[in-house]
Amino acid sequence: MLYNEPSPLEVKVLTRRFGLPDSASLDTYLASDGYAALRKALGMKPEEILEQMKRSVLRGRGGAGFPAAMKWGFVPRSSPKPKYIVANADESEPGTCKDRLLMENDPHQLIEGMMIAGLVVDAHAGYIYIRGEYRYLIEILDRAIAEAYERGYLGKNILGSGFDFDLYTHTGAGAYECGEESALLESLEGKRGIPRIRPPFPAVVGAFQCPTVLNNVETLSAVPAIIRDGGVAFSALGTPKNGGTRLFCISGHVNKPGVYELPMGFNLLRMIDEVAGGVRDGRKLKAVIPGGSSCPVLKAEECDIAMDFDSLSKAKSMLGSGGVVVMDEATCMVKAALRIMRFYAHESCGWCIPCREGTLWLRKILTRFHEGQGRPSDIPLIGELAKNMLGRTFCPLGDAAAMPTISFVEKFRDEFEAHLDGKPCPFEEADRTVLA
Amino acid sequence: MADLVRLEIDGRMVEVPPGTLVINAAKQAGIEIPAFCYYEGLALQAACRMCLVEVERMPKLIASCTLPVSEGMVVRTETPQVVEARKSMLEFLLTNHPLDCPVCDKGGECELQDMAFRYGTGESRFTEVKHHVEEQQWSPVVFFDAPRCILCYRCVRICSEGMGVSALGVINRGASAEIAPNCDDHLECDECGMCIDICPVGALTSGMYRYKTRPWEMKHEGTVCAHCSNGCKTTLGVYDNRIMRGNNRDRSGINGEFLCIKGRYAFDFVSHPERLQSPLMKIDGRLQEVPWSQALSAVAGRFSEIKARGGKIGVIGSTRTTNEENYYLQKFARVGLGTNHIDHHRSGDVATLLTALGGRSDALATTDDLYGRKAFLIVAADLAQQHPFLAFQIRANWRHHNCRTYTVTPGPVREDSYAVRSVQVPEGEELDAVEALRDSLAAEPELVVLFGDTIKCDAVRRLVAFGDSLGIPVKYVCLVDYSNSRGAMDMGLLPDLLPGYRPVTEAGLEPGMTLPEILAAPDLAGLWVVGANPLTNKQLVSDAAFVVVQDLFLTETAQRADVVFPAASAYEKSGTVTNVCGEVQRLKRAVSVTGAKPDLEIFGLLAKEMKLDLGIWTPDAVFKEIRDAVRGYNVPLPVIVTGGASQTAPEGGPAGATSRPDLIQSARDTLFTSGSLSRFSKTLNSVTERPGALYRG
Amino acid sequence: MTFSPDMEAKFEKLVRSYPPGRQRSALIPMLLYAQDEIGSVTPELVDEVARRLGITPVEVDGVVTYYSMLRKKPMGKYHLQICTNISCMLTGGTELWEHACRKLGIGNKEVTPDGQFSLEEVECIGACSWAPAIQVNYDFQHHLTPEKLDRLIESLRKAPQ
Repeated sequence: MLYNEPSPLEVKVLTRRFGLPDSASLDTYLASDGYAALRKALGMKPEEILEQMKRSVLRGRGGAGFPAAMKWGFVPRSSPKPKYIVANADESEPGTCKDRLLMENDPHQLIEGMMIAGLVVDAHAGYIYIRGEYRYLIEILDRAIAEAYERGYLGKNILGSGFDFDLYTHTGAGAYECGEESALLESLEGKRGIPRIRPPFPAVVGAFQCPTVLNNVETLSAVPAIIRDGGVAFSALGTPKNGGTRLFCISGHVNKPGVYELPMGFNLLRMIDEVAGGVRDGRKLKAVIPGGSSCPVLKAEECDIAMDFDSLSKAKSMLGSGGVVVMDEATCMVKAALRIMRFYAHESCGWCIPCREGTLWLRKILTRFHEGQGRPSDIPLIGELAKNMLGRTFCPLGDAAAMPTISFVEKFRDEFEAHLDGKPCPFEEADRTVLA
Repeated sequence: MADLVRLEIDGRMVEVPPGTLVINAAKQAGIEIPAFCYYEGLALQAACRMCLVEVERMPKLIASCTLPVSEGMVVRTETPQVVEARKSMLEFLLTNHPLDCPVCDKGGECELQDMAFRYGTGESRFTEVKHHVEEQQWSPVVFFDAPRCILCYRCVRICSEGMGVSALGVINRGASAEIAPNCDDHLECDECGMCIDICPVGALTSGMYRYKTRPWEMKHEGTVCAHCSNGCKTTLGVYDNRIMRGNNRDRSGINGEFLCIKGRYAFDFVSHPERLQSPLMKIDGRLQEVPWSQALSAVAGRFSEIKARGGKIGVIGSTRTTNEENYYLQKFARVGLGTNHIDHHRSGDVATLLTALGGRSDALATTDDLYGRKAFLIVAADLAQQHPFLAFQIRANWRHHNCRTYTVTPGPVREDSYAVRSVQVPEGEELDAVEALRDSLAAEPELVVLFGDTIKCDAVRRLVAFGDSLGIPVKYVCLVDYSNSRGAMDMGLLPDLLPGYRPVTEAGLEPGMTLPEILAAPDLAGLWVVGANPLTNKQLVSDAAFVVVQDLFLTETAQRADVVFPAASAYEKSGTVTNVCGEVQRLKRAVSVTGAKPDLEIFGLLAKEMKLDLGIWTPDAVFKEIRDAVRGYNVPLPVIVTGGASQTAPEGGPAGATSRPDLIQSARDTLFTSGSLSRFSKTLNSVTERPGALYRG
Repeated sequence: MTFSPDMEAKFEKLVRSYPPGRQRSALIPMLLYAQDEIGSVTPELVDEVARRLGITPVEVDGVVTYYSMLRKKPMGKYHLQICTNISCMLTGGTELWEHACRKLGIGNKEVTPDGQFSLEEVECIGACSWAPAIQVNYDFQHHLTPEKLDRLIESLRKAPQ
């Protein structure tokens, strides 16, 4: 089982079974309060469950931070159409590797969360859309699902309650864009992962043109704890507007990279120093991407900040998907910006003009720039092109490409200027030394 | 008007129905919001981002092509932010565009050029290497130049939604995304070229037109397609007396943006090297070129001589000549030659339909009805193959209004894909199958019945009786083959019916010989064939008959002639034609072919030569006579003259009708054939789909 | 074309996983699983899948060319997918990639002449906290170094065929 050494500062709610022997098995799950929340929920009215969800102040863990209860509330429960629960396990945001752990170590927690969502919106089928690269997780989930069917936790008349629920895994095949919820639904329907025109939102017209709850794996995995212990108990773990804990994926230049479950609002500097063992080799911190590659970068001096949706928004960045990428003083910020833009240019679906052409153009400029062929006029141009994409693309991918780019140019302009002397990247040497 | 939504656009108050998109509400207020991917009637895309506008209380610019209006909405389309967004979109678009406007076919009529001119910056900051892909030929008529493509997906949508063909798709992703044809490196499709016309840039170009001329060098003549009976308007681009292209980019006419391969490309018979350009006379057993005066005088002499001695003269008219020509020809035959042996190739039993309807002119459907009515019954017809515009109308109706369609056909047809019921029965059993649909059909609020050539004589009467018994409003379309098949009947190119379907007996005449009877008459003294080729599959029994043929080409029939007059085609003359739904439209002369004359002029010259007084032979004068004399043809002139279509309404008493099913037979053309004419169209012959097949779905 | 009985069973199960009339949903899993079995998405596979799901080959092709894991040409027996995205880049992913190219003498999406190895520079594979990481076919390898990569390649070379 893939898991890093836990930190004593962690508050283990979603990850509490991590490290238990055979933690993915139904027996382990049942022995540790598994499906207790489902039993409880089966005795509750949908609105009572929803009320607990509201009290939990659980906000979407995929990146946007939209209140989960509100999203569920948009689903027209009385619609004659079937409804669906879809788990977004297309974890692809660079810097993010938490859903993988949740599914590997505790698949039943996700299954239970999806079923409770099903009770709320009167859905009787669910799909877990898993990125194609996570093939081994499909095997783990399929085993868990089979076990749950065998023991009456899935299928017809679950636990004698009269509630039916079927659950399926569905593999993607390599497309970041399918993490966007409407593109995911297109992909689930066997099409190119092109986002849909919204509104209507998936809550009303989702999978197979039916009302759909679509949440991130971590969001759904939080549901059993919320129902079991009550929304207030979960909410109290975080800050007033950011309920509960979340999984932070710390990567990059720290001594103990890993996935850690910490309360919402946990201080970023403490996270780096006390949870992740500090910046490696005693180097100085230069910058942090706080929530996956689409979030504007924070300079070291901006890192004394509470890790919750609102504090980061105030700092003009985002909590995103919890991918905390730490960069030390030896990092070339032009190279980082280039690598991120290469990613978005590769992943742009190509549907709309500004994203398709903007990411390619920016990739070309940044490549040239990093190779020492930059011109002074490129620096403002990079920022302007990114701004020309911002808020104008068909889906959030354009913003995801533009926002970090703008922040890199604005906050590390000096490094861009340092690349203007016609020589190769000034950090290249330092970089290689570090690796050695 | 409590139903309307009020909103403000650029300070102007606009009232529009709920659900209207902001881009259209603006248009109604006279405000243009630029867009590439938005195309009325096709699925929304929101891809090009050119139509972004500012809306009060919305944090970001928003695409007006997918935003429905709401009460009190305040929209701004010309703020600095919007202007800037458009500039940046165009800058992005042009980064990978080859900017080869000087050699691009679309130059001068390119939406990207126009947008760059109106909304662009005039300069680019792009200094990187452009992404290049080689041009591809997808079919004899479709070429694709990917770098010019802006990915608006109009072509993909018109092909799948408009045509139901789905021959185009999108492959790859990101900046490598590209439009692709259905068969690896080429297209197998209707070859309609709709994708070319709808392309806002020069990415899809026409195999016939590419690199031939510049749009502004041509004059553009809107006329009616010379091929099938649907009567589509085609706008011919003419340069130096040559037709360079056909299209309908201005979406005018009954067909809007629709044209099939024939209307768009099959004008090339006009300049076929085998076009006749001089009268021919059989001298020494061989057809030889002679001057017009010699040929006219020879024919006038023989016709006068045969008439004088009471010899039998048969006249076979055309399904492609104008109403004026058809009217004049029957007048020539009946009044000038004193013969009632006149007929043409009949491909649908319009006469029986009109008789069965007993003069109810409101029971004839228009092409507009096909888009507007709620339910359709298609009997014994492969619309997509034989009546592509009618098929397009009903498909559009289904997409936009969810109309309900029933098909009863001898094999699968494309309409089955959206039909509520499809029944396949052998030929001859259609009406029993229709009877079996009675309850479903009677439950529809209204119905349009379209029927093919195997429903004739009694079957038409049965079908109309069935329609009458449903208790709902029913309209009919009797399907016929060619551009003026309907006009040939309306104008009385029939041995038993005068113009307007009046029985000849009303005029004290005996019905004459039918087409097969004419050909089979051993004592036939003269045969005059105008724009028809009956001898492809039939024999002329009378060896002694003096045969005169007017045609574009030396057909099998012309080869048997004693005198051949070179005739002008529909694209070389004026006049009117009547389509399958009875809609009269005007032809406009686009070019002239040296040596050939319009059939009407040939009739006039012959009449003059024979010293017959048959009236003035200009199209306008004859049309005036038709309007006065032919039942239902008193159509409003302004509509016709301005290029519109007006349905004839043959009201009045019951018409005569034949009870000879053998006289009515469709030529069973497909999308890729057009009777004898298609032999002389290089384009039709070049596509791999030719000759096509009926009832293959 | 025919598939192994296992694959047929898998397809059968897949098609039943979606609501009636929504069998097209099975498209991407079918293509990926079939590719696992036959090595690439061949034109025959495109036609076969199109036929089974009642869609056109160009629609299937649009999907095949959209998803980066689907490929029209076969890769090596061991397809080494090296992540160089931000977290891996910061921890030596780029150097790992360059090392692999030198070591195997091939570039991106190329196959060694013996057909054993192929390389692909991939985007984030969700192993950021254990970077740099690669996938050999579907198996993750974490905390790699050029030396560990060399040992991995050697052990794969020696693995029973």
